[in-house]
Amino acid sequence: MKLFLQSIFTAYLIHLSVFAFAENSSTDEIAKYRELLADGNPAELWEMRGEELWKKKVAPKGASLEQCDLGKGPGVVKGAYVELPRYFKDVNKVMDLEQRLIQCRKTLQGLTHEQATKAHYGSAGNPSDIEALVAYISAESRGMKMAVSTKHPLEKEAYEVGKKFFFYRAGSHDFSCATCHSVDKQRIRLQELPNLLNKEDAQKSYTTWPAYRVSQGEVRTMQHRLTDCMRQQRLPEPIYASDTVTALIMFLAKGAEGGVYDAPALKR
Amino acid sequence: MADPMRIRAALSGDKVEVKILIRHDMETGLRKDTEGKVIPAHFIKTLTAKYEDRVVLDTVMGIAVSKDPFLSFKFKGAEKGGKITVTWVDNIGDTRTDVAVIS
Repeated sequence: MKLFLQSIFTAYLIHLSVFAFAENSSTDEIAKYRELLADGNPAELWEMRGEELWKKKVAPKGASLEQCDLGKGPGVVKGAYVELPRYFKDVNKVMDLEQRLIQCRKTLQGLTHEQATKAHYGSAGNPSDIEALVAYISAESRGMKMAVSTKHPLEKEAYEVGKKFFFYRAGSHDFSCATCHSVDKQRIRLQELPNLLNKEDAQKSYTTWPAYRVSQGEVRTMQHRLTDCMRQQRLPEPIYASDTVTALIMFLAKGAEGGVYDAPALKR
Repeated sequence: MADPMRIRAALSGDKVEVKILIRHDMETGLRKDTEGKVIPAHFIKTLTAKYEDRVVLDTVMGIAVSKDPFLSFKFKGAEKGGKITVTWVDNIGDTRTDVAVIS
């Protein structure tokens, strides 16, 4: 009997292999590592749990999320993620997936805002329902093309606000998103930084979030990704699922238009 | 209760390739939390895979195995539609069994 034991090590392994092959491009090695693990992306476990949570009836109203309208009609999950953020008539605002999920959990299931956003970023022993739901819903758009609309005036406004934020310098280090993400082939140490103003880079980045982060052992959403960028910029931490972050997501999602969606992915 | 596993089993030629993805924290008992307290060990000790009633994989696992482990193996002598049953037991007695059909 042949036995192949392959276990997922932490970022340490990446660092080791990077040192061992210092003459090669580090990204080649990381690409190899990803390929090796492509079969066993633990994000699948989040997708499974998310699907259960989507169908699970939750008190106080005893309803599931199956009637939640993610923009393509109540209960339509397939292809919803590649068209988000978008304008929602019932609330008269632009929402991203996470804001919409919170909205549905409040209106359909009768949860309070606090309950609906509980454990929005999961940790060991404290799993996040939102991260699981996002993993499930985004996976249902795999293979589809990014197609976010900016036709509605509020969608256009969100895009413009997001764009403004992208170039807005602030904080103790006077950083903007553009400081790191508007130049080709820029990097921090060995980590290559995508140029989000370059279509190819923007598509590659946007279509691989959310992702299972090996270094954190959790699936992280777009809201988390951008909030963490702001932390690195030394900006104040935004309130979870804030409109500013959604506006920035709008700007990035539009920039990735036409890119083939391929997440939840696996990241370092 | 433990989360379900993701098991895939596919026949190609005369071999079945089984892929198992397990949701488990796999705490080593060597790590400390932010307050400096030791995080208690919590890891899978044994895992067995059966094809129908025959044991095809019997493993002893320990703290060197990563969080959310992925396990893959091949064996001969199975048919399409047969059942693969995987069971793990961890050091605090928690256990989980899941079944997959060979495709």
